[in-house]
Amino acid sequence: MRYEAPATVDQAVALLSAAGPDGRVMAGGTDLLVQVRTDVLDPGVIIDIKGIAELRQITEEAGAFRVGAAVTGAELKEHPKLKSVWPGVVEAANLIGSTQVQGRATMGGNLCNGSPAADSVPALIAAGAKAVIAGPKGRREVAVEDVMLAPRKLSIGRDEIITAFVLPARPARSSDAYLRFIPRTEMDIAVVGCGVSLTLGADGTCTAARLALGAVAEKPLLVTAAQDVLVGKRIDEAVLDKLGAAASAACRPIDDKRGTKEFRVKIAAVLARRVAQIALERAEGKQ
Amino acid sequence: MSKHHVTTKINGDETEFLCETDETLLDVLRNQLGLTGTKEGCSTGDCGACSVTVDGRLVCSCLMLGVEANGKSIGTIEGMAKGEKLHPLQEKFLSHAALQCGICTPGFLVAAKALLDKNPDPSETEVRYWLAGNLCRCTGYDKIVRAVMDAAAEMRGA
Ligand SMILES: Cc1cc2nc3c(=O)[nH]c(=O)nc-3n(C[C@H](O)[C@H](O)[C@H](O)COP(=O)(O)OP(=O)(O)OC[C@H]3O[C@@H](n4cnc5c(N)ncnc54)[C@H](O)[C@@H]3O)c2cc1C
Ligand code: FES
Ligand code: FES
Repeated sequence: MRYEAPATVDQAVALLSAAGPDGRVMAGGTDLLVQVRTDVLDPGVIIDIKGIAELRQITEEAGAFRVGAAVTGAELKEHPKLKSVWPGVVEAANLIGSTQVQGRATMGGNLCNGSPAADSVPALIAAGAKAVIAGPKGRREVAVEDVMLAPRKLSIGRDEIITAFVLPARPARSSDAYLRFIPRTEMDIAVVGCGVSLTLGADGTCTAARLALGAVAEKPLLVTAAQDVLVGKRIDEAVLDKLGAAASAACRPIDDKRGTKEFRVKIAAVLARRVAQIALERAEGKQ
Repeated sequence: MSKHHVTTKINGDETEFLCETDETLLDVLRNQLGLTGTKEGCSTGDCGACSVTVDGRLVCSCLMLGVEANGKSIGTIEGMAKGEKLHPLQEKFLSHAALQCGICTPGFLVAAKALLDKNPDPSETEVRYWLAGNLCRCTGYDKIVRAVMDAAAEMRGA
């Protein structure tokens, strides 16, 4: 097994192209190295992207944030502003593993590992985040909901890497939230995860909203029906009931040791209500 | 395949070693450098027995390659006591009987120190969340949490 630590995105892409199917990007390594240690994967070349300065930065431009793909969960939390603008994205990323795992794990790795239960992904989808992808043909941006196709299957090429996530500029009175259901309080994989991002108008009606679910289908889902339920309304109990129903209706889960289909469908509604309420309170708190 | 030549700092001392790509930092610490205070429990990031700091950041050394230590500053349990003088956390683990078999103890101490370096006055809840990635099969955690709270109070001069 070879180890490469490129200093630029172009070098990383060239190394990845040259390695072919044998090459693997490593960010925090908290999924990759477990897979190598347990003989699930045996890459010929590990391409460590943590030495690429551009990937280690969080920058703000005209209200939009660009979070480099090698920024860790611990660093996200310490950013002076990100947490107040995107509390849901930061809290979702901070649910990944322990303090030790947070010291290494990235949102890019969380998405590219290709698990339907990845915690930061529903929050990024709800946020309307775009993944910036670099490959031999240059750079492009893809909506986060279009990156994962099925467990371990991505729409991005083997010779491409995610360099950053772009979180769009926020109107006033906007916020987001993420919750997951697990049987314990820490260190577990989501049975269901839910992210909501919304914006309120001056009179308190909802003017924009996105809801995404994790662990209820072969990939994290954007629930477009939720937008129709919320936009143009004041979010009251009746609207929350409809939102819960829309979330349940979008689920196409499997039975596994963590939960049955029926349980996941029901919990999706409970979480959708709670998460929307938290996002609502946060948005109301921002004048 | 030639080995990687790695130059790093461990507990403040310049250290060099050679390693293969697939050797973790934990493998290197234990098998090459004789620093066996860092323990191996699961090897998959779940138990925290292998906790070390890298440039001040708490990580699992079983989930980091040895070659990644190049140019970094590593902190292990061996750097915690100053000669014969134990760190207040070590003293409090003893006086609160916060260990039984002891396999988890170095990981807990390194993790707890990383917390107190960042936050000298944590709440009990903060201590419990911070240490959620350190598993102990013997103590039931309560004595560990009390030892950390007590050490924090003493270090604040309370
Ligand atoms: C103890 C433990 C607890 C965990 N708990 C959780 C949890 O609660 N919730 C959760 O969602 N996950 C959890 N995880 C899984 C893991 O920590 C996360 O998925 C993490 O976000 C992965 O990020 P990473 O940077 O470590 O990825 P890596 O391991 O470096 O990479 C993961 C995959 O993505 C690819 N990749 C990484 N970065 C890029 C990029 N920029 N471009 C293209 N491909 C890339 C790699 O090639 C690899 O296939 C846990 C893991 C451990 C060990
Ligand atoms: S040995 Fe590293 S976390 Fe268990
Ligand atoms: S003292 Fe035995 S595992 Fe903690």
